[in-house]
Amino acid sequence: MARKLNLRIWRGDSTNGALQDVVVDANEGEVVLDVIHRVQATQMGDLAVRWNCKAGKCGSCSMEINGKPRLACMTQVSAYGDDETITVTPLRAFPVIKDLVTDVSFNYKKAMEIPAYSHPANLKPGEARMEQVDVERSQEFRKCIECFLCQNTCHVIRDHEENKKSFAGPRFFIRIAELDMHPLDTLKNRKKTAQEEHGLGMCNITKCCTEVCPEHIRITDNAIIPMKERVVDEKYDPLRWLGSKIRKREGIV
Amino acid sequence: MTNLEKYNYDVVIIGAGGAGLRAAVEARESGLSVAIICKSLFGKAHTVMAEGGAAASMGNVNSGDNWMVHFRDTMRGGKFLNHYRMAELHAKESPDRIWELEVWGALFDRTKEGKISQRNFGGHEYPRLAHVGDRTGLELIRTMQQRIVGLQQQDARDYGDAESHMKVFAELTVTEIIKENGKVAGVYGYWRESGSEVLFEAKSVIIATGGVGKTFKITSNSWEGTGDGHALALKAGANLVDMEFLQFHPTGMVWPPSVRGILVTESVRGEGGILTNNVGERFMFKYIPEVFKNIYADNEAEADRWYLDQDNNRRPPELLPRDEVARAINSEVKAGRGTEHGGVFLDVSKRLSAEVIKKRLPSMWHQFYELAGVDITKEPMEVGPTCHYVMGGVEVEPDTAAAVGVPGLFAAGEVAGGMHGSNRLGGNSLSDLLVFGRRAGMGASEYTKKNSDNPVSDASVSAAAARIQAPFSRTGGENAYSLHAELQEVTHNLVGIIRTGVELQEAIEKIAAIRARSGNISVSGDRKFNPGFHLAFDLDNMLLVAESTAKSAILREESRGGHTRDDFPGMNNKWRQVNHISSFDGNKVNVKAQALPSIPKELFDLFDVHELEKYMTPEEITKGGSN
Repeated sequence: MARKLNLRIWRGDSTNGALQDVVVDANEGEVVLDVIHRVQATQMGDLAVRWNCKAGKCGSCSMEINGKPRLACMTQVSAYGDDETITVTPLRAFPVIKDLVTDVSFNYKKAMEIPAYSHPANLKPGEARMEQVDVERSQEFRKCIECFLCQNTCHVIRDHEENKKSFAGPRFFIRIAELDMHPLDTLKNRKKTAQEEHGLGMCNITKCCTEVCPEHIRITDNAIIPMKERVVDEKYDPLRWLGSKIRKREGIV
Repeated sequence: MTNLEKYNYDVVIIGAGGAGLRAAVEARESGLSVAIICKSLFGKAHTVMAEGGAAASMGNVNSGDNWMVHFRDTMRGGKFLNHYRMAELHAKESPDRIWELEVWGALFDRTKEGKISQRNFGGHEYPRLAHVGDRTGLELIRTMQQRIVGLQQQDARDYGDAESHMKVFAELTVTEIIKENGKVAGVYGYWRESGSEVLFEAKSVIIATGGVGKTFKITSNSWEGTGDGHALALKAGANLVDMEFLQFHPTGMVWPPSVRGILVTESVRGEGGILTNNVGERFMFKYIPEVFKNIYADNEAEADRWYLDQDNNRRPPELLPRDEVARAINSEVKAGRGTEHGGVFLDVSKRLSAEVIKKRLPSMWHQFYELAGVDITKEPMEVGPTCHYVMGGVEVEPDTAAAVGVPGLFAAGEVAGGMHGSNRLGGNSLSDLLVFGRRAGMGASEYTKKNSDNPVSDASVSAAAARIQAPFSRTGGENAYSLHAELQEVTHNLVGIIRTGVELQEAIEKIAAIRARSGNISVSGDRKFNPGFHLAFDLDNMLLVAESTAKSAILREESRGGHTRDDFPGMNNKWRQVNHISSFDGNKVNVKAQALPSIPKELFDLFDVHELEKYMTPEEITKGGSN
């Protein structure tokens, strides 16, 4: 059954913009992207929105829905109350291009700064042998669909443009972790460069990134914290030292 | 054109899916400069949607596998309409292409011995699909995306600029392939963000634009699948081959309506999922065609045993090639044995534990749970056919991927025709795009090195620019969204999974009428990131594709693979000798018959002659191959 939905859409560009109210039909089972498309086809032919797969696999339709970073294709209209207005706005951490579309080139620049995978020189194609359990750690991070919701929500850059230069962001911490945990990667010091060049130290593990990840990647627990711990391991750290003493006392190794 | 943004590259690649990226790697590694153009952001191409895996006869799970077995399966799947040489190259080279991905950092699931694991899939005799859970396409895209970044990092070290020799032009639409003196000279297009125009001069152009699904109402394809490359090639003077063959994937979601068409991976059946109708009957046993009776089980007990002992039992019929399963589901629903929402049930919950389902089919679980409110570890899914893949495409030379008739033009991946014949096997598309993406990169590089510069003329630029401006010059004209919806209605109702001559004739007329009206599309708003404007160009491509498909389909008076004629049921061996070639005369698409390249003796001899008798005429059998 179709119902009338109050949708509030941010429209504008880098110079100015405002929220606009529209009333649009919403059918059973529809997601927010469906109603945005209906607005586009019937009321605002030039409404800009990115999308591709509409199945939560490509990470294109990232936006903020009632202030929360989400994929519009995976957000059911029925998750909101019948009388509730749904407000859709562009990602806040990135410059607006038009309407719901932002300039996410920051992320591609950061991707360029992380050294590529380095295969062992003596291992020919087809000779690699790896245990399933060993590839699974990196596979978790390779599930990333690059929706950049984690980047958008991370408070280190969300409201601090000045930090962008020295901070790669959660998406690229899991990229580094993935390579660091890759059973065959030969490049050394990935953790160290994460700390020294990509701003790992600026993260204070509030786990906002993990909360918004549509792939449910445990960004903080499985990538960031283990890397932080081991970086610290390699330096001298009194807390770490104390921690190890306490654990030893309790008989836990 | 003093202010026109202009670039010059050795090779321009349209499309950044698997085929385009693989071609880019090859062309850059051969020392050339490369532009990669894509309509979306880098890394979002439809390849990410490929779930099941990439077929390659590595023999890691069953050592009986080799390229000859894979070749036979591919030809059978395509009902012997495949270009034999493409199927041969594909079967021989796909293992190397998979192993190469590991060298670039890909992490496939493993066997107990630590090799790349391989899973069963429809039409493949042995477990053959290299996979990463059910997100194999994402792994391929990401691996090649990261390989390209790696090559750019090398260029940064060597030349001081990461983009000095290879650059990704994301969110840019190509509207024209420009030829001068009968050869490719470059491409013209516009930035989606600003609407401003761009010229790329290049001696060779590789089309890797994927499919045409958005021509249809129910499809697994994203918005990008608008047949751009098919249409660009046609307009540049290339041919399309066998455009009547479209694969309707048997299992798309059917409920709720907003997700209708979204793919449910064949891995669900590969892992043991069974299909039942609304009276609980496992109906696929009724639909095993004569040609497959010796390899598919005709009873449940044997089908179930196969999962434990594949050497001594025949395969379950749920794993028949996709065209067979799609037609069977269609028949069940038509006979009134469908689900409430017009599909059938697909159930994996009774065979696998919840834990195993979540491990092996994680994105399916996620997709159904989040979008349909169905927990597939406890309940069956509702599924039905969805337009998934076009077997037809640009006619190419198999070894170089060069488009027939247009010097400097190349095509690879879904946009190229011939490889899959009348029906593609699951898993063969990911390996196809690796094998022929690389070959297109090689072919284009060789061509570029051998040919001299071919500058684009001012006249060509003016003509291309005028075309882009046209929809803005009109007011009160047609709405692109409405015309697109009308086209989808026509293709869905008249050129869909089951066709008749009368309906196809009606479709041809209706498509022509929509095309005439599309000449009068007007666009609201300005050029800046304007989807209405973008759709106007996509629609033009879809209309040419639909015309080519309908006109090819009306000529083929038989049913084969992804082309089913209610008025001509059954395969006809005479039609197997015929390819349909579409060309464009500037006004309309013309389709003619052309003899299928005949299979050489050494490949002919790979088959049991009794099997070939089901597909070939007695004269062909007597001849026994072409040399």
